[in-house]
Amino acid sequence: MSVDTATVRRIAGLARIAITDDEAARLAPELGNILDWIEQLGEVDTAGVDPMTAVIPNHLRLRDDVVTDGGVREKVLANAPQAEHGFFTVPKVIE
Amino acid sequence: MTALTDLGIAAIRNGVRDGDFSAREVAEAFNAAVAAAKPLNAFLVETPEHALAAADAADAARAAGEVLKPMAGVPIGMKDLFCTKGVPTTAASHILEGFTPEYESTVSQNLWNAGAGMLGKLNLDQFAMGSSNETSYFGNVISPWRRNDGGNAPLAPGGSSGGSSSAVAARLAPGATGTDTGGSIRQPAAFVGISGIKPTYGRCSRWGTIAFASSLDQAGPMARDVRDCAIMLEAMAGFDAKDATSLDLPVPNWEAQLNASLAGKRVGIPKEYRVDGMPAEIEALWQQGIAWLKDAGAEIVDVSLPHTKYALPAYYIIAPAEASSNLARYDGVRYGLRDLPEGANLQEMYARTRAEGFGNEVKRRILIGTYVLSAGFYDAYYTQAQKVRTLIARDFERAWDVCDVLLTPTAPSAAFALGEKSADPLAMYLNDVFTVPSSLAGLPAMSVPGGVDAAGLPLGLQVIGKPLDEQGVLNAALALEERAGFTARPAKWW
Repeated sequence: MSVDTATVRRIAGLARIAITDDEAARLAPELGNILDWIEQLGEVDTAGVDPMTAVIPNHLRLRDDVVTDGGVREKVLANAPQAEHGFFTVPKVIE
Repeated sequence: MTALTDLGIAAIRNGVRDGDFSAREVAEAFNAAVAAAKPLNAFLVETPEHALAAADAADAARAAGEVLKPMAGVPIGMKDLFCTKGVPTTAASHILEGFTPEYESTVSQNLWNAGAGMLGKLNLDQFAMGSSNETSYFGNVISPWRRNDGGNAPLAPGGSSGGSSSAVAARLAPGATGTDTGGSIRQPAAFVGISGIKPTYGRCSRWGTIAFASSLDQAGPMARDVRDCAIMLEAMAGFDAKDATSLDLPVPNWEAQLNASLAGKRVGIPKEYRVDGMPAEIEALWQQGIAWLKDAGAEIVDVSLPHTKYALPAYYIIAPAEASSNLARYDGVRYGLRDLPEGANLQEMYARTRAEGFGNEVKRRILIGTYVLSAGFYDAYYTQAQKVRTLIARDFERAWDVCDVLLTPTAPSAAFALGEKSADPLAMYLNDVFTVPSSLAGLPAMSVPGGVDAAGLPLGLQVIGKPLDEQGVLNAALALEERAGFTARPAKWW
């Protein structure tokens, strides 16, 4: 399957990664080659096969619905690029 | 007298316990080796004071007559994928540069609880994505090995745990943590002539380990021999309520039950692991490994794993798909890098931060993952890959009807030179052809050194076991190790 630069741009948009025209031109054949190669999975007859959901059978554990930690606001914010008044700060999203 | 840095984990533990030397002497010797090995670029951060503090605790415990902890006095290297409280953790990425966790990963905490100390944080392929250690933002790790052709080409230490493999092979640490998503413990161990085991998925907690592909990632030890791996794995493993995929099972006493006699055991040889273009030396080593296991008392049986050839393409759908989801958290809001041009809005900040912070291989995999999960392609790629994964796991289940462990080569070649394969992503991906199937099935698997090739470079043999049968894997690996008598080591040039 050939991947064109428009497809690369659409995927990059979904992935929230800014790319330049040069990068899109470089990535299109690279991604195309990789996708061509993984296309071979289409040869495998998987009729009646369930997709794997867990490698090792393991029951989903549930814990009591209680707070087991918390009150660590300073720690949560310690690595934030920008924090003010106890919150993560981001550019204005509502005009 | 043997230099302290020539000792492995068991020898250090025993020597400290018996008073042959102090833990502080050990820590000082390894700290000095680390500080003198900058050309290898194995360590991103050095933490000599951490190693000394653990050593002093071990010496104090001994002086007080206490029973020493299982890894008391043993300093180790920590792959920089494990969050370590108060010590920078970057996953070798620019986007996490400056991140200093406020918490400790469960695996690293388990090791400190066992008395181990930390020499520093080890370089790796960025977000554990790579097979050569050429994707680190902080420069390539160099293998301590050189070809015997006099060319001195810098060689890849394997990946993604290449800082770990390089450090252990160069005697900068007696052991190091690794993580394995598709072979990232086993392939680098093979490239530098050390041992490494990826346990059954769920044996080691993933809590506090920077995620790549959650259904595959599993931590394990890398060390100089099988016994040292058993000791360190015991310390790392265990149930963790903070990881929903952690197995709620007791940790066996793997070291105590090591037994190199394979009488009554059947070893399967999967015919599909003979790939086109595999060097004759790899095939010869494999045959030698078969002879060694026969000598240890095992019966050899031929087995077929018919879906083997589809494991790698399935992996390169599943792992990037999970990575694209896991790495969505790096957006410049909560930690790490933020690229916010004047007047940019929130979406632009995300896209600029991620463009600036991720390396090319990470972007490539995020884009592949995003593509295969996108509307219209999800079933054709992702669901089909997960069905193929079921078939791969079923192949192994059928093999266990006729054998106890499998023996294969670890990698299709010896270490290659840095730069030799980095231009072709697919050629690089093929390095993991023998390690990926067992990863997809969640099985324990181990690499041990088997010999050297014509250029004097190490070659590894891989043992794959049944779910939860790390003991069977370790025992078969020990049988190989005893017979291989691998003593080659890199000549010091750094």
